[in-house]
Amino acid sequence: MAMTSARPFIKSRLLPGLLLFLAGAVIYLLFGSGVDWSQQATFGLNPTGRTEALVIPDLTLPVKASVVVLSLVAVFLGAWQMARGIRSSGLAVGLVAFAFVAAFLLWATKDNSFSLVGMLSSSLVRATPIALAALCGVISERAAVVNIGIEGILLISAQTAVIVGTKSGNLYVALIAAILVGGLVGAFHALMAVKFKVDQIVSGVAINIFAVGATSFVSSRFLEKDINGLNNSGTFPTISVPLLSKIPVLGPVLFENNIIVFLMMILVVVLHVVLFYTPWGLRTRAVGEHPKAADTLGVNVFLTRYVNVILGGMIAGLGGAYFTIGAVGRFDEVMTAGKGFIGLAAMIFGKWTPFGAFAASLLFGFADSLQVKLQILGIPIPSEFLLMAPYIVTMVVLAGVVGSAMAPAADGVPYEKN
Amino acid sequence: MSAKETKTSKAKPRKEKDLQDKKRPGAWQVIAMPLLAVLTGLLVGAIVIVVTDARVIAAYRNFFQDPLGAIGLTFQTILVAYGALFSGALGSPERIFLAFERLFTTGETDGLVRAFWPLSESLVAATPYMLAGLAVAIGFKAGLFNIGAEGQFLMGALGSAWIGYTFHLPWYLHLPLALLGGAVAGALWAAVPGYLKATTGAHEVVNTIMMNWISFRLSDWLLNGPMKATGYRPITPVVDSTATLPRFFPDPIRLNLGFIVALAAAALVYWLLFKTTFGFEVRAVGTNPDASKYAGINVPRNIVLVMMLSGALAGLGGATQVLGVDHWVGQGFSAGYGFDSIAIALLGKSHPVGVILSALLWGALRNGATRMQSMAGIPIDIISIIQGLVIVFIAAPVIIRWLYRIRTLETEKVVLTRGWGK
Repeated sequence: MAMTSARPFIKSRLLPGLLLFLAGAVIYLLFGSGVDWSQQATFGLNPTGRTEALVIPDLTLPVKASVVVLSLVAVFLGAWQMARGIRSSGLAVGLVAFAFVAAFLLWATKDNSFSLVGMLSSSLVRATPIALAALCGVISERAAVVNIGIEGILLISAQTAVIVGTKSGNLYVALIAAILVGGLVGAFHALMAVKFKVDQIVSGVAINIFAVGATSFVSSRFLEKDINGLNNSGTFPTISVPLLSKIPVLGPVLFENNIIVFLMMILVVVLHVVLFYTPWGLRTRAVGEHPKAADTLGVNVFLTRYVNVILGGMIAGLGGAYFTIGAVGRFDEVMTAGKGFIGLAAMIFGKWTPFGAFAASLLFGFADSLQVKLQILGIPIPSEFLLMAPYIVTMVVLAGVVGSAMAPAADGVPYEKN
Repeated sequence: MSAKETKTSKAKPRKEKDLQDKKRPGAWQVIAMPLLAVLTGLLVGAIVIVVTDARVIAAYRNFFQDPLGAIGLTFQTILVAYGALFSGALGSPERIFLAFERLFTTGETDGLVRAFWPLSESLVAATPYMLAGLAVAIGFKAGLFNIGAEGQFLMGALGSAWIGYTFHLPWYLHLPLALLGGAVAGALWAAVPGYLKATTGAHEVVNTIMMNWISFRLSDWLLNGPMKATGYRPITPVVDSTATLPRFFPDPIRLNLGFIVALAAAALVYWLLFKTTFGFEVRAVGTNPDASKYAGINVPRNIVLVMMLSGALAGLGGATQVLGVDHWVGQGFSAGYGFDSIAIALLGKSHPVGVILSALLWGALRNGATRMQSMAGIPIDIISIIQGLVIVFIAAPVIIRWLYRIRTLETEKVVLTRGWGK
């Protein structure tokens, strides 16, 4: 830590420290300066409507004082950075971002009340398709197959789910159909990528275009003409886990959801275990990092890739089912609105790990639900700009993280056996 | 699978021998393969049309009572659909013949205008496709996959519309300025993902898609707020006549100067790619970025420039559509142009001449599909299905070769992009 010259010190310590000071000042000026000391914000900690959770008092905070505290957090971090240097720059950025969002929420809720539990709950729900898309990406790319076609898989299985659900009247059959169709599209992508060695991004884009065309075609040829007979499936009921759902705040957020959200959370854990603690996971990762070495040791590279991409497709199929039978019970054209791509960004942000991808998806889900809640609060920002939030967050996250995130070494490279 | 492997390894020496031949025996395939891809796409499209047709399905239910009727109905359905597609795209030959007859006997030109109207509409439709297709193609040449042409197209349209209705200038200033405005808006919109790719390595595929969604929201806001025309519809005001691209023929025919602008842009791209140092660098970066870096090419600068050029072309496409055809921008203005342009660039093998030809084909297909929708009741989305298939067939020529038993003569491998952040 010896200071040999002034320049590295300025660059590594002083400048980031000053930036953190600036962030603190910005937080105060934007969200604290125009507020009166007496104004308060109420955050609801109990879910609205029927619930099993124990009722606890809501959280009421003085806006100005809280914003001052949050801006001081940034200033404190800046001072720490200048005096001692912060090892993990990611942590500092994360904390400042949290302070910024929290201060923004306080400002937006001044003299108003806002259901924090509702917001967290909808964050998780909105993160579900993103997380499933991201998990599909993780399992495929760990075996070195880039799948850009996730968006298309989501769209096709969303439509499959609603049609099968309405026709059969059984949502579980619909769920299985969606998963199978997702697997089928995954199999097609695997065939293109592994057997024909097609540029994987081109194949994925072809899947996306085909999916948009096919679902729109089916929509305007069949669904629009017979809405009640084909496009009105209803949605999965909310399941409350006994006991666990009684926990205040966390209970209603985590343990009162529909089956797809639960399956998603289970899949995160299962995929983590499979990838890092089973022979199959080891083989998958080997195939993703160094297929030739894996091949030499007797791992069937092609088979591994086929299975992973198909499984990924099935996971994405589950994600697609969320859009219709998990959320609105109806299919609209192009209803996935880029969620598959946001899932890919979540995968990158989560450094190709299931838990990382899940956490990143929560961030995107939060941005998505924030946008909805803010419209309800009626803050003076046009709703169109709020709707951009998830996309902008995706770009910022990608820009900030890609340089340091390492993709599996063989990602996107077809394997040539010789 | 191992049997397959030995087959390909056996094929290798033959391939190398063929490459040594000076005659380039596979030259005809450059034209034939894309055409076969489109043809196969149309064939599969025909199958989709038939199996989703209630009348045909009903006929096959009673197949054993009336087999000929079922088969006849199948072909009749396809014939009606694709007949409408053809006459919608190129005009009906019968009407053209009759119109010429009228012209020579009575000197009347009305019929002629009506007979050539479908063809002219196909050219009108092809104009923005050429520019957007060039946008994607130039990206491919540099190893960049710009799937955000749709957003850039929209921003270009909005930019040129804004200049078109805000300023009031003589045409020789107004029109170039409006076109330039479209190109600049598109270039700036594409510069963002380009810059992010060059500096942070964030993949342009995800970022351009995100920029697309942002542009849709932005245009929603603009069309309902700052750029809204008086009235209740969310559209921009009509551009001044001094900013419009002049039309070549009297009214129903909308073919305009934009077509020439698109051809000129293609020529410019050709010159830029194959006759300048910049173009050489672009192609070098696209073929091997690492080698280019060691050869002293500034790869990040190249990436930003190519993305901006790509965005400028897409934006110009939007501008020609506004200034030449619609004269105002409404919601859903850009729908489909992004994905269409990818298909066109792939179909044209990313070569400017190929892009012109495939854009003409695509314009005809799209234009014909509108007639197919109104005449035969086939949703226009069938074109997107065909499109996805065409891209698959172009990207995986193996399928076409297998279907039509064409031998592999050249080493062809479509590698257009690389993995994340490399």
